[in-house]
Amino acid sequence: MRRIQEAPQNGDPGKFALPSSNRCRSASIASAVASWLRPSSALLPEMVGRDWKARLWVAIALLLVLGGAGCSQSTARTDGSSGKPVVIQNIGSDTMVNLAQAWAEEYQNVEPNISVEVSGGGSGLGIAALINGTADIANSSRHIEPEEEAAVAEHSGSKPREFLVGFDALSIYVHKDNPITSISLEELHEIYAEGGKIDRWSQLGITNIPRARTDRIIRVSRQNNSGTYHYFREVVCGKKGDFKLGSLDMNGSKDVVELVSHTPGAIGYSGLGYNTRNVKMIPVSRKKGEKAVLPSIETTLDKSYPISRPMFMYTPGEPPAHVRRYIDWILSPAGQKIVELTGYIPLNLAEDKR
Amino acid sequence: MIANQPDNLKRPRMARSMTAILGERTIELLIRLCGVSAIVFVFGIFLFVLREGAPLIDKLDWSRVLFSQEWYPTSKGNVRYGVGALIVGTLSVTGLAMLFAVPFGLGAAVFVSEFSTGKVKETLKIIIEMLAAIPSIVWGFIGLTVMNRLIQEYLPAPVGLNLLNGAILLALMSVPIIVSIGEDALKAVPDSYREAAMAMGATRWQTVYRVLFPAARNGLLAAALLGVGRAIGETMAVLMATGHAVNIPRSIFDPIRTLTATIAAELGETAVGSDHYRMLFLIGVLLFSITFVVNLLADLAVRGVRKQ
Amino acid sequence: MSASPFTVTPLVRRNMRRELAARIVLGAMVAAMVLPLLAIIAYLAVKGAPLISLKFLTTNPTHGMREGGIWSALLGTIYLVVIALAVSAPIGVLCAVYLNEYAKDNWLTRIINLAVVNLAGVPSIVHALFGLGAFVLFAGIGRSILAASLTLAIMTLPVIIASTKEALAAVPMSFREACWNVGASRWQTIWSIVLPNSLSGILTGVILQVSRTAGETAPIMFTGAVFFKKIQSGTLFAYSLTDQCMALSMHLYTVTTQVTNAPEPLPYAIALVLLGAVLAVNAASIAVRSCLRSRKKW
Repeated sequence: MRRIQEAPQNGDPGKFALPSSNRCRSASIASAVASWLRPSSALLPEMVGRDWKARLWVAIALLLVLGGAGCSQSTARTDGSSGKPVVIQNIGSDTMVNLAQAWAEEYQNVEPNISVEVSGGGSGLGIAALINGTADIANSSRHIEPEEEAAVAEHSGSKPREFLVGFDALSIYVHKDNPITSISLEELHEIYAEGGKIDRWSQLGITNIPRARTDRIIRVSRQNNSGTYHYFREVVCGKKGDFKLGSLDMNGSKDVVELVSHTPGAIGYSGLGYNTRNVKMIPVSRKKGEKAVLPSIETTLDKSYPISRPMFMYTPGEPPAHVRRYIDWILSPAGQKIVELTGYIPLNLAEDKR
Repeated sequence: MIANQPDNLKRPRMARSMTAILGERTIELLIRLCGVSAIVFVFGIFLFVLREGAPLIDKLDWSRVLFSQEWYPTSKGNVRYGVGALIVGTLSVTGLAMLFAVPFGLGAAVFVSEFSTGKVKETLKIIIEMLAAIPSIVWGFIGLTVMNRLIQEYLPAPVGLNLLNGAILLALMSVPIIVSIGEDALKAVPDSYREAAMAMGATRWQTVYRVLFPAARNGLLAAALLGVGRAIGETMAVLMATGHAVNIPRSIFDPIRTLTATIAAELGETAVGSDHYRMLFLIGVLLFSITFVVNLLADLAVRGVRKQ
Repeated sequence: MSASPFTVTPLVRRNMRRELAARIVLGAMVAAMVLPLLAIIAYLAVKGAPLISLKFLTTNPTHGMREGGIWSALLGTIYLVVIALAVSAPIGVLCAVYLNEYAKDNWLTRIINLAVVNLAGVPSIVHALFGLGAFVLFAGIGRSILAASLTLAIMTLPVIIASTKEALAAVPMSFREACWNVGASRWQTIWSIVLPNSLSGILTGVILQVSRTAGETAPIMFTGAVFFKKIQSGTLFAYSLTDQCMALSMHLYTVTTQVTNAPEPLPYAIALVLLGAVLAVNAASIAVRSCLRSRKKW
């Protein structure tokens, strides 16, 4: 590091100065200030000349401040009266995010001046956003917990309003070369739950998965911010149970299916809408020996498929008019058609009268 | 004070205008403030992260937290915050990555510094800089898509997202740091050492092996330590490539989870102020402390270089 | 003995063999790093190229981000990078000026240097935690472009300090001494001689940070970046400082992990754009460096 201590200080000429500037510093500053205050001083013309740089900087700074103040008007969130688009923030379940996205896009054609912004992140994130006041509608693929309800009530003053908007069937996926034909909830419990005894495919009677390196069951699961994770845990591991450690916890519903499609010894769970040609969905039965059922609209609506769950939208209290209109549209046949098109289970409109 | 001055010197002229002097004083004050800003920010980071996590410190049984595998922060029945498997995951992926990166990095540093000249040297340095510029999310993407299939197909791995996958990515990410700092360390060895060795009839490799390595030892150590720091702190690549499984690995083909990936995956959903939220901040404090120690060691090693 | 110093004895032959072996092994090590890099770039290019076009870069994503382009993410990244560097470059340069020109060799300076090295080593997720705790919550800015940019600024600060310090130190002492000789003050010297002469090094350092800032995901994930946000296309001012934004790195993450039935080239195309932008910026910085270096007067 350089030693630059011999460098002259501010205004002080130091030892390299020319002889004529040899004077007491404070006296010179005092006289400079005095002459600055006396407009008729002989120094003024020179100071004007030397000060132009300072003035230029001040002018630039003022311009930046004014320009910054002008540019920082955020996009308006009025309720449509000024003609700018109204924004509905829709945050939450990853399971529902494709569906929510499809609804948002279709709704653009219905009401062009309302813009629905959809984010994923998990049911937990959506409800947290509801608590924090940053979401208008939270998508959730699980029921809101009592503590969360209380937190929303505390923040917004009224309890959250729940809207049932459809159903999702959770399918069990395996690699497409896996010869397994069905599975029961009990076996799933033994595979996935803490304390479960089934670790190997041979314990299920499967011994010949082509290209699987080991006999180990590779469990693919979701990260714990996911409503899918919570729901599956409740159904398969029990209300207060936990998953076995060591499952590969993926970020999104799509990831699970992708990984299972490439990994011969894997098993995973994900929404029905994420099925692809490269994986195999296996039928699930409630108990071993009972009839195993593939997930579909019919089997979900008549409750014969055991792993299906309702999808909810929550608003903090009674929703404002434009949000209510959106939700009503979602519950209408137009909205429910989109549910079916994206691979979810629409409400059985004859029964549901919300 | 100068007395009895002639008239034309009675009202002394300023060498510079008042505004210029004040302006310079202000700027120098600003410079001094910016100078200490680094300290302010480092302390600030530690304090803010600690502040968010602090309320939970007393509530936890730390021996169980640090040594237990069971990470169940969202359990309905039995909330457990065991970070043991996560710590093992971080250390194992970093260790394996360094096992690849340090020899390759130091070897490349030696090659670039001693065995290549002119255009080849410039090109190699540019390519290594390019390697350093690849964003970590792109590495994670490659691990998730490309390395996943490669490992699955050609190696006896049950699943492609595992310790090995993460380690290879981390190695490729830390190598540029090791190469650039290692090269600096080798360049810092005075040419007289090389000339002396050549005068004794040593081949280039012998010079490197017997003269330069011992001479640049501290700098090379610092390079390795900074590579370790980079690997420990990596988030997105390991999040996507290691399988994110809470697991103590029994082979390099087992999936694992690191501390950094845990924070990244779980922070989004936690409600601000909840226990889970605070636990994630405490994991952040743990990470900060680990990298602080590693950087401190690297700094001491480099200080050793200066003393030579 | 008729052996001269230059005869090739078995010992010499052995040493030469070892030398050759070492050269080959070390060269192979370098190749082991260089080849994957080239293979990765080639693979991404091949898989992602079908989707890349000017239209891809300038249209917003539609249909659940499966179709359309990446304009909102690209614009968000540009905003984040520009604001982050606008904040960290001045502070970093001034800090380096302090360390190199004003600081005495005492314990305070040593601590500052240690702090810079430590700041450089902080994991990116801890930066995210800090950004969340300090900017989003404590300062009350909320999740926004501003909070995310400030977090990124703190992340790039130490590297800018280090590279500026090097650039300043490369200016010969004689330049400064010449200035003092004519009566210039310390700041005048710095402003008129030292900074202009170290500009190439400073610029290189700052430009390199552009690529690093554009590629980071973790610091912006919780402080300002979102899964999806609709913005006006066609204008450069579609975001405001208090909005949340999309970002290229975050977009790659969400498309890879959460968007179903996306056309297969899409994540590769995004990765290619990100990688291409990063490498282009790096190449620009190298060009700036060599161009300005050739103009150096010493």
